[in-house]
Formats: sequence, C-alpha cells, structure tokens
Amino acid sequence: MSVFDELVGQDTVAAQLRSAAGAAHAWLTGGDSAGMTHAWLFTGPPGSGRTEAARAFAAALQCPDGGCGHCDHCHQVFGGTHADVLFVRPSGLSFGIDRARELVLEAASRPTGGRFRVVLFEDADRATEAASNALLKAIEEPSPRTVWLLCTPTAEDMLVTIKSRCREVTLRTPTTRAIAEFVERRDGVSPEVAAEAARASAGQIERARRLATDPETRERRAEVLSIPTRLDSLGACVSAAARLYELAENEAKATTSALDERERNELKAAFGEGSTGKGVAKAVRGAAGALKDLEERQKRRATRIKRDTYDVALLDLATFYRDVLAVQLGAEVELATASRQDDLWRVARAGTPEATLRRLDAIMECRERIAANVHPQIALEAMTSALYMG
Amino acid sequence: MASVSVSALTAVVGDEDLLVDRAVAGIVAAVRAEDPEADVNDLVPDQVSVGTLASVTSPSLFGERRVVVLRSAQDLTKDIVAEVTAYLNDPADDVVLVLTHAGGAKGKALLDSVLKAGATRIDCAKPKKEQERLTFVKGEFERAGRQVTRDAAQALLDSVGSDLREIAAACTQLVADTEGRVDADVVARYYRGKAEATGFTVADRAVEGRLPEALEQLRWALSVGTSPVLINSALAKGVRGLAVVAQPQRGVSDTDLAKRAQVPPWKLKDLRKQARSWSPSGVAHAMRVVAETDALVKGGGRDPEYALERAVLEIASARDRRG
Ligand SMILES: [Zn+2]
Repeated sequence: MSVFDELVGQDTVAAQLRSAAGAAHAWLTGGDSAGMTHAWLFTGPPGSGRTEAARAFAAALQCPDGGCGHCDHCHQVFGGTHADVLFVRPSGLSFGIDRARELVLEAASRPTGGRFRVVLFEDADRATEAASNALLKAIEEPSPRTVWLLCTPTAEDMLVTIKSRCREVTLRTPTTRAIAEFVERRDGVSPEVAAEAARASAGQIERARRLATDPETRERRAEVLSIPTRLDSLGACVSAAARLYELAENEAKATTSALDERERNELKAAFGEGSTGKGVAKAVRGAAGALKDLEERQKRRATRIKRDTYDVALLDLATFYRDVLAVQLGAEVELATASRQDDLWRVARAGTPEATLRRLDAIMECRERIAANVHPQIALEAMTSALYMG
Repeated sequence: MASVSVSALTAVVGDEDLLVDRAVAGIVAAVRAEDPEADVNDLVPDQVSVGTLASVTSPSLFGERRVVVLRSAQDLTKDIVAEVTAYLNDPADDVVLVLTHAGGAKGKALLDSVLKAGATRIDCAKPKKEQERLTFVKGEFERAGRQVTRDAAQALLDSVGSDLREIAAACTQLVADTEGRVDADVVARYYRGKAEATGFTVADRAVEGRLPEALEQLRWALSVGTSPVLINSALAKGVRGLAVVAQPQRGVSDTDLAKRAQVPPWKLKDLRKQARSWSPSGVAHAMRVVAETDALVKGGGRDPEYALERAVLEIASARDRRG
C-alpha cells in the first residue's frame, strides 16, 4: 500500500511524485537528488485532487518508507497534525501580505522531527500580489530542508516569477470509471450509486463522494436540474432564481454557522473565559481583538462558501445544457445528466444548438457576475430569463 | 390696554433666512398674542417709497397695535434711510418696528443708529460650525417637545448637509414620522427608508417609460446621496415586478404573485398597469441591464452614476421592445 494509491485516476502524477520522493530520500543520505526540487506547483481542474496529491507527496517526503500510508508520519500528515507540514488554507477570498510574511518565517525554520519542512498551500492563487511577492523571495532562496507545495487551478493563476521557480504537477480530470471505483471502495456504496454519482460529479471526486453519500446533496442537485423544464414564463424565472438563491444561502449558512460557533467557543476557551484573578482584564481585552479578527475571517469565509455553493449549482445547470447540446448534435458522449433523459430530450427538441450555446453563455456570465459581487438574486434572474428566452 | 412686553424696536441681524423669518414671525406672534387685531406690514425695500413709513406708523383709528417690518434694511435707499432715522427720534406709540439686516458692511450706518436707539438685537447669522448646527438640531427637537441624541443629530446632519432650511425640514419630518426619543438608529432607518423610496420612484418612472422624469428623479436621488447600489436594487425590484405579472399565469394566486414580486398584494394592480406595454423580451432585456449595472455600481465600473443613467435609459426604451 502507498499514499499514492489514493490518487484517483492520476497514474502519471503518482509515478512522478513517487520518484521525486525517492530522490529526496537519496539526497538526505548524500545521494543523487535529480528529480527532486524544493518548489512544486500542483495544478488541475476543480475536484481533480490537487490538494490530495500534494498531501500524499508531503507524506511521502516525511515517511521513512516514501509514503507507506500507515506509519506515524503518514497518519500525522493525513490528520493535519504533523509538526513539519504547514497547511495553509486561505479562508477568505484572498491571502494578504501579513499572513504571507508569517508563513515565510514559519517555513524557514528547521524541521522539528521530520525530514523536511513542508508548506502545503491550498488555493495559492488567493494570495494577493504583495503576498505572492513575499512568498517569491522565500521560494527563490529556500532554506535547504524546506519544500513548498502550491496548489492552484491553473499555472496562469500564479505570478510568472513564482511559476518559473516551481516544478509543475498537472492533474487531469479523472475518468468517470476511476471516480466510480474510488467512491465504491472508499464509501462502500453500491456500484450503481457510485457510477451515478461519478457521472454526475463532472470529474470532481469530493462532489462525487457527497452525491453518493448525502441524500440532501442529491436532492439539491435534482432540484437544480429540474429548473430548465420549469422555465415556462418570466414569472417562473423569478421563482426559480429566488429558489436557487434560497438554496445556496441556506446551505452556506448551515456550513458556516456550525464552523463559526465552534471557532468562537474555542477562541473563548483559549482566552480562559470565566476565569478570575490577575491578568484577566488584560486577557479579556486581547480576546476582544482576537474575536473581532476571527469574525472578519469568518465573514470572508462565508462569502467564499456562498460563491462556491453558487458555483456548484451553476455548474450542474451548465452540465445539463452541455448534455442538451450533445443530444442536439447527436454526439456519442457520456451524459452527466442521463438520469433526466426525458427533460434532456424535451429541451433539446424545443431549441437549436445556437440557443443552447447562448444559454450556456448566460450561465457562465451569471457565475462571473456573482464572483464580481453582483447581488446573486439579480444575477440569477438575468440568467433564468436568458435561459427562458433562449 | 396693550402691554408693552414686545420691544418697540428690534434689529434682526444676519444672513440666515430661516432664522430671520423665525425671529420676525416670533415678534409678530408675540404681538398678536396680546392684540389679535394687530396690523402687520411686512415690507421689502421695493415696497417702501418716501412716505410709506409715515403712513404705516401713523396712529390708527381704533388704536390697534401695528407691526412694521422693514426687510433687508441694507438695501433701503438714502431717502428712506433718512425717514427711518427721523422716525427713531420720534417713534410712534403702539408701533413695533422690526428691521432685518444682512449683517454686512452695506447699510451699516442705519443698523448702528437703530441699535443706538435702543433696539433689541437678534442675531441670525448662518451657523458656521458643526457644533452650532448640532445645537440647532437639538433646539428643533426641543421646540417640538422631543429629545434627540447627539449621535442622531450628527447622523441627521450627515444625511442632510448644512442648509439650515433643509435641516429644519428634516427635523420636522423626523418629529412627525417617528415617536419617542430619536437616536442614531432611528435616523439611519428613516433615511434608509427614504433613500429606498427615492430609488423606487426612479424605478417606477423607468418601467413606465417616462424617461425624462426617470432621469430627473435619478439625478435628484443621487444628489441627496442615495447610494447607487440601493437605486439599482430598486430598479431590479421594479423589473422583477414586471416579470412576475407580464404573462398571465393560470393557477397562481395573487398572494403568490405578490410574494414573488416582493410587493404587498395591493401593489399588483399598479404592477399590472406598468406591465401592459412590456413584452417578455423587453423584460428579459431589462433584467440583463440590471445585472450588468449591479456589477458596474459595485466597483466594476468607474462611474456608477453614468451606469445608472444608462440603465434607466435602456429600461425605459426596452419597454417598447416588441417580440
Ligand atoms: Zn509512512
């Protein structure tokens, strides 16, 4: 068994990382280090498992057996508790210079017990330009034992100067079959459920797992996919937009409120709420500042979760129209929304491929608008009415 | 019978019209309180010629008291100034003379002689400092028997600006439209509501295709500081209303329609009237315009005001779109 077994449908990447980890160990013992470098850029479409690949690599670097998957080092890396693996996950939409500077300092120290000091930076594209420049310096002149693993959807998301210092690991969209096998094995669902979830996931592994295991996620998707056939008037467009808005806001709220509450309590506990005695007043003042800080971060995260939630719904909708287009053009491809065959055919027959393309444009435009901070309801209404008009 | 608690001679000095008007009105009211039959002559320089003063101050048949107001005394001609000065030496009984003076260098000699003759001076200069305006606001509420917090007074000034007449009007409105002690929250809510209301007027005119009025309302809304985002959300609401009622739908109750349009049920009638000249493609176009504009007013564009003008224009003309 190896940590790389968990990478779904990424055989080439697994081979590349395995040999790099081997070279890293050889270098530690004074051997040849060809194939290893201290800065890596993991790219790939959403859901392809960029972070998972980076994490497996981090484990392989710390594990004496190159990523056995069952030693303490491997467990700690996967549990997010390894002292020499710094996980960075920007919780807001951007990652600023202050945090970048802190990170650079932390990254530069010697490994405390592991073999390397590894920084695993998820969504590195969220670093602001100033933050990126701060990181660039560290990447240009690394401490000998520090390894940077940056994850981002495409290499173009990063500063050219950073990109040119990194070795790229390009993940591909895993095949439906690879995803289905993984979900079946990992979550113990039936082959049918796994296959349906894999088809519906549009190559996103985590999404496939959620679809396979969470009935609510399936219901939400079904509701989103029922929208195209329900748009029979402008009034229906307004209703559909309102419903999409409600679904996304509720889901985001459910996700954030649980997290927010927990973090607030942890923070209060850390500041010893309820304790008395000397120094308490000072601690309380510090706590107020920290709490405000936390609330800021939580607000940014809520915005991000909301956008991600809209993205999922809109991508489902786009998948439907892509299937409509395939039907209209008679293309022999696997249909992600095959479960709604009747709807697909009905919409396909009622329109032209040109209209379908216009509709797809409207969906993508809606995504961009929501990302540009347009009120989601307004953006969604413009989209549903464009879907209706064709 | 007439008591003489009101000064027989008053100089109202200053350039703040509102305060000047109030000072004069206060004197007139005080005189009338004592003598309801009192005769009032309120004269601007144009209405004063040689002999006018003598005539309005001459003893009356029934002995009523008289109030003579000479406005803008700094603009009186030399002849009239001479008459006034002569009068000061020999004032009439039962006459209350009020002169208003802008307070500048012009006509200063007359003002000086009026003051020297023992006039009561009332200062009505425009308040220059924020503190003075705050005091004014506080006074406005006190006059109405109401209380206002300092924060609230500040919030009100922030919303209205420094024109005293507008400040006073705003105070009157707030007194009329709210209850109890007025704090900053009350003011914020009130102005948010008002700003929304102006946004809605813009939206109504736009969807009715009344372009010139829509643009006028828009300019006005922007000039009183209504936020572009709020105006666009009003446009969105207006267009949403059209979309909901534009096509008759079977099996959907008015209650549901009103809910969809986010309006109270009685507004459906107005919406239907507005929607009459709209085609579905026109409405869909308007929805698109609103979405584009939302991006522009939220920082995607350099000129949110222009973006709104364009939106209003596009919406008003989408009304006649066929198809
Ligand atoms: Zn291991």
